[in-house]
Amino acid sequence: MTTFQGGEGLEAQIAQWRAFLRRRQAIHGSDVEELETHLRDQVAALVETGLAEDEAFLVAVKRMGSLDAVSREFAREHSERLWKQLVVAPDDPGNADATVRIEGIVVLCFAVAAGIAIKLPALLGQPFVVDDDPNVFYPRNATFFVLPLLAGYFAWKRAFHLPRAAWLAVPFATAAVVANVYPFTGGSDTGSLMILHLPIALWLVVGVAYVGGRWWAGSGRMNFVRFSGELFIYYVLIAMGGGVLIGFTLMMFAAIDVDAEWLAQSWMIPCGAAGAVMVGSWLVEAKQSVIENMAPVLTRLFTPLFTLLLLAFLGTMAWTGNRIDVQREVLIAFDLLLVVVAGLVLYAVSAREPDAAPTAFDRLQLLLVVSALLVDALALAAIAVRITEFGFTPNRVAALGENLILLVNLAWSARLYARFLRGRGKFAALERWQVTYLPVYSAWAAVVVIVFPPLFGFA
Amino acid sequence: MDVGKDLVAASATPLVLAILAAGDSYGYAILKRVSELSGGHLQWTDGMLYPVLHRLERLGYVSARWATSERGRRRKYYRITRQGRARLAAQQRQWRVVDATLRGIWMEASLT
Repeated sequence: MTTFQGGEGLEAQIAQWRAFLRRRQAIHGSDVEELETHLRDQVAALVETGLAEDEAFLVAVKRMGSLDAVSREFAREHSERLWKQLVVAPDDPGNADATVRIEGIVVLCFAVAAGIAIKLPALLGQPFVVDDDPNVFYPRNATFFVLPLLAGYFAWKRAFHLPRAAWLAVPFATAAVVANVYPFTGGSDTGSLMILHLPIALWLVVGVAYVGGRWWAGSGRMNFVRFSGELFIYYVLIAMGGGVLIGFTLMMFAAIDVDAEWLAQSWMIPCGAAGAVMVGSWLVEAKQSVIENMAPVLTRLFTPLFTLLLLAFLGTMAWTGNRIDVQREVLIAFDLLLVVVAGLVLYAVSAREPDAAPTAFDRLQLLLVVSALLVDALALAAIAVRITEFGFTPNRVAALGENLILLVNLAWSARLYARFLRGRGKFAALERWQVTYLPVYSAWAAVVVIVFPPLFGFA
Repeated sequence: MDVGKDLVAASATPLVLAILAAGDSYGYAILKRVSELSGGHLQWTDGMLYPVLHRLERLGYVSARWATSERGRRRKYYRITRQGRARLAAQQRQWRVVDATLRGIWMEASLT
């Protein structure tokens, strides 16, 4: 055993003990401080009786009792703490953290700015249309009301210097120019595609801001994946709450014979939808250490169910001998299926301890990926037969490209999974593959946004 | 001789309240006082005192505040409330009944 000399060894020991205590959910920051004072008093008293500091420390820790038992007692007394607190509050209310408050104010400003950004063009006379008609101002620019502000929030939070923050603005500015300069014809497919793909392409820029500009370094990318999943879940929850609020607004004002529909439609919904992105992001950031991530939980829930669906589908096809009936939308439907499967893999990877040994769930993941690949191969074969008949429209090329990108991702993931399950590879390789692949999605989206319209004559 | 676990648990509330009735105190000092008063026979696990104090605080029998001691150490001091004094009085009556009953029966036992 190491012998400690002087106060430094004791401090290190106490710091270690404190860190150990902090990990207990039921014991809060101020409780840790109270227990630490006790420990120090005890050590001081023991040293006075002639013990060496390290001996005194050991005796004091022993007298404190087993941490399991103590934290169980704390949990019994404060059972609400096991339900992790959902309101953002500093650990110690007597010592209110100024940074938390400042961040709250900043986020509020960003949310209000997003609300203003989305309303300003309407107030200046642009017709407010929720549609994918690229000839109208709003759908064309929908991406630019919120994402730049979100990137700005992270640039602020990660303390970007001004020149670096300016680099973040470049892709947004380029995209805004492209989106507004391209002369789309009426009912243009490439225009609709652009509107759909702009947020996917620019989400990567938000990611770069999120990881503090160092996209290729460390675990930032996977954290961004986690952030995106949690934000989606928070956003859905906030939207549901907003729906209830709007419902009550309409109902209550209708009761006094005042029509509030204009308020809901042209103010509450657009401003709320924009502001909720900022508030949701802030909540995810503030809560990341507090509540368990939801996306992996949903992944665990739906991986078996989707595997079952795919296997049942394959089985039924084999049994009945029915072919996939190639309708207009079938390619997009199978694209979405691959998106879901890729998402399930991604979020399963994000929540997994990379060093853990293979489990049954990993086998299930491999089964899911392989069956998805099989289903998609069947769908692609059916489409390939009739692609000459259909011709290459922008929608079809975009869907085909997305299918290919997801197929490559899943095929390689299946290979890495198989290697890992046979003990020939590390799980970290799969994680690395998933995060390295992320920019490919955005790059393809950027191609659809920038190259497709001129390629297909803005039709 | 060490006092059994159940008795230690049962006597914790009146002991802590009685010590605090004599003046404001903090966790370590309360434990030291318990040890002195019982001649070392009442052995508490140190960490267990704090959940007890927090329970008494939640029930409104004691109030707590953070203060810095003269030696510069930040401590959480506890003070008994009026409710706490009432609770202590009630507990005293109950313990007297238990004590008197036990004495009575032991007296009889030793006489016969």
